[in-house]
Amino acid sequence: MRAAELDDLTEAGVEQVGQPVRRVDAVEKVTGRARYSADISLPGQLVGVIVRSERPHATIASIDTDAACAVEGVVAVMTGADATQYAWYEDDEPLLPRVGDTVRFVGDDVAVVVAETESIARRAAALVDVGYDDLRPLTDVEHVDDDDAPTLLGNEEIETEAEGRGDVETAFARADVVVEGTFRTPTAVHNAMEPHGAVADWRGDQVDVHTSTQGINDVREHLARRLGVDHSQVRVVCEYMGGGFGAKQVPWKPTMLAVIASKLTGAPVKVMNDRRSENLAAGKRNATTQRVRIGAMKNGSVVAIDAEIDTEVGAYSVPGEESAVQGPYLHLYQCDDVRVRTRRLRSNLGPAVAFRGPGYLESTFVLESLMDELAVELGIDPIDLRRRNHAGRNQQEDVAWSHPDGILRSYERVAEESGWANSFDREPSERIRRGRGFAAHDWLAASATPPGHATVEFNFDGSVHVGLSAQDLGTGTRTVLGQVVADAMGVDMAHIRLSLGDTSTGPPSPTSAGSTTVPTMAPAVRAAALAAVEDLLDAAAEHLEVDRNTLSFDGSSVQSTVADLDDQPLAELCADLSPRVVHGWGSKEATPDDVSPRAQGSAEAEVEVDLDTGAVRVTRIVVGPDCGRILNRRLADSQVLGGVTQGIGFALTERQLVDHHLGMVMNPDLNEYLLPTASDTCEIVHAALDIPDLAANEVGAKGIGELPLLPVPAAIANAVHDAIGIRFHDLPITRQRVLDALSARDRSTTNDEQESS
Amino acid sequence: MNGRRRHATVEAGDSLLTTVREGFGLTGAKPACEVGTCGACTVLLDDEAVYSCLVLGVECEGRRVDTVEGLDDHGELSPLQDAFVQCDALQCGFCTSGQLMSLEGLRRAEPEPTSEDIERAVQGNLCRCGAYRHILDAAEMALTVRSAS
Repeated sequence: MRAAELDDLTEAGVEQVGQPVRRVDAVEKVTGRARYSADISLPGQLVGVIVRSERPHATIASIDTDAACAVEGVVAVMTGADATQYAWYEDDEPLLPRVGDTVRFVGDDVAVVVAETESIARRAAALVDVGYDDLRPLTDVEHVDDDDAPTLLGNEEIETEAEGRGDVETAFARADVVVEGTFRTPTAVHNAMEPHGAVADWRGDQVDVHTSTQGINDVREHLARRLGVDHSQVRVVCEYMGGGFGAKQVPWKPTMLAVIASKLTGAPVKVMNDRRSENLAAGKRNATTQRVRIGAMKNGSVVAIDAEIDTEVGAYSVPGEESAVQGPYLHLYQCDDVRVRTRRLRSNLGPAVAFRGPGYLESTFVLESLMDELAVELGIDPIDLRRRNHAGRNQQEDVAWSHPDGILRSYERVAEESGWANSFDREPSERIRRGRGFAAHDWLAASATPPGHATVEFNFDGSVHVGLSAQDLGTGTRTVLGQVVADAMGVDMAHIRLSLGDTSTGPPSPTSAGSTTVPTMAPAVRAAALAAVEDLLDAAAEHLEVDRNTLSFDGSSVQSTVADLDDQPLAELCADLSPRVVHGWGSKEATPDDVSPRAQGSAEAEVEVDLDTGAVRVTRIVVGPDCGRILNRRLADSQVLGGVTQGIGFALTERQLVDHHLGMVMNPDLNEYLLPTASDTCEIVHAALDIPDLAANEVGAKGIGELPLLPVPAAIANAVHDAIGIRFHDLPITRQRVLDALSARDRSTTNDEQESS
Repeated sequence: MNGRRRHATVEAGDSLLTTVREGFGLTGAKPACEVGTCGACTVLLDDEAVYSCLVLGVECEGRRVDTVEGLDDHGELSPLQDAFVQCDALQCGFCTSGQLMSLEGLRRAEPEPTSEDIERAVQGNLCRCGAYRHILDAAEMALTVRSAS
């Protein structure tokens, strides 16, 4: 059954959906029994360790594996010579380089040592002797236009992508006020606690791959294509995964290397990244430089937006790397004249890939910093300014937003929960300044990434099996999809088993990315569940020899309006119906084209700035994400906490540091790449909206993962400005930057005083 | 090991983390940074929370090691585990074992911990999903006298 053929999910009969049902896999997770890819241990399993390039840009002169092969316990050392037929990345570069090939960043894969244990493999990997002929590297893309800049793969011709509408220059000419600036956002690293990696096990001409991924079907399709085999020959399993945040939305080399190593050695092989590899070669949020101008009239109405964006995408092109930095400029506010020019620049650093709210996070920080500037300049309340520029429709495609007023409701709720109208003490002490800031955001996905498919069948005891091949990243997919099926069928969740995380347990589901799993798969499982009930009634009518229209199902028995027919308890009925397998299929195939499904929201942040240490402490964040219908408030709250916490990290501490002279990342670890800890969080308030958006999809849920992150860095930066009057154009707002900015201001104040005296 | 005398052959250079996972097949403790920064491998050594990646397996002969697998009582969740479930103090679950063991270490050392004690106990356990607020809530629920009374 197609989801599009069904009525909207309405409040009638909804019992599980919307309830704070406990996460169905929580017990496995608190008892240590949830099994992740690195926990898989198969008989005879070997371990592969990747040898990585020590140079940012070089031609391989030699690879000597003799010493490594001589180590007791080493089974094989795989180099490019063993994998000549395989290519990788969108650039179709060799999977492993041969002598004469080029390595393009420190951490680029060179060889794999396969051994009986991990410690042997690590020891031997250090003995692989690679000779390099160095080429000049480029890691600082600010120098990409220099005459003597080296030409890199994919940088041969640098294209500028232009998007927009209207005539920006004319519009600026009539603007009363223009705010502008050059902003820089850092390279941030996903650093999911579980590294990328896989256990691959070839048996005959079929391979099982246990891998930590956000897209088991995508991995299957990609591996099958690279290997030249059928989908049926590749089974991909990800029962539990330890976080992805976008970095695992595409297949990565360790998975492919495990597959090839298993084939080569005839044994199961595990290849997992270590933390250094995670930071060098497993994806990152692309750094951006954004030069932006906004023109507005005195009444606050925005009349022109012009943005020039450079993003640093690393050495190779990864699918899903094209983060939509331009999105917010094009969509968040009503504006007839917009121009966005984007360049994606290659470098000799690890490849970039989508990271929670890709692109949108980076430009929301900039756009919302400038909107704050505009509010200050025009003396208009920041929330009021945003209300005055409400768009309500997709101006690029000229269609309405699926819920045009959702973002206005968010402004209202955030203002209410944060006490925006109340007075606010900005100087609690000599040393501390307090401030609060506001920011809004757009998000493009919101609806679905079809197609998504599911099956539902009745077991012969009447219990229910739901088959799909989505994956649960820790977001709670297993739980909320179970709730949707329970409501659709009227069956208790205790009698439903939902299989996911395995390409062999159900039809294809899309990659979990962009907060789209729920909006895609909730309609699909609901359609499958209702189709199974239809099939049950068809089968029962045939079996009981009554008119189909006299039958109905209440979740535990089939009832008939025929006078002398008893209720048929489900368990007995299903047993009687054997050999017929009562089942249904469902799918979500299309997104609506007459509306633009958006998921938007806003946040308020409160901070304290210590004038002596430069420390910014976030004391409270209120977020109001319009995620549509809230399927499970408990899990939605967890997504809110996670998004806000990552937002605090992006605003204040997280950045990859590169020594451009050496062409090396200086903090490829968790010691100096600073993730937020328990002590860096704050009071987090979820100003829940719960507005079913039935124009977006039949279930009315739009996904929540990205939303609570998107407005947070901008809201924090605006709060810092409110506290100390300094607008930071570069993230993160570190103590050093705060102290430098404070002392620069003190110096210029002193100079002014001297000049005027 | 979790209250039972057990033996494993340990290579001289193997960490307690490797020993627990490979020698004893207990995979609740996770390898995530393996240099003592993230806390995902936390276990108790003689009732004290330690990063098992920084302890050698051979140092643990004759000592008491507790892992997350020993927290429940034949399937009955401990109050801490139960509070984690109730408060949804986890998302992906990869750091959860470590968070629980750090708090279990606190519980054994300090029968009446303060909120500051709790925060300090998990400061060295990173959670990229950002479940910290729910983790602190769960710990308060399970460990403080206020909630017990």
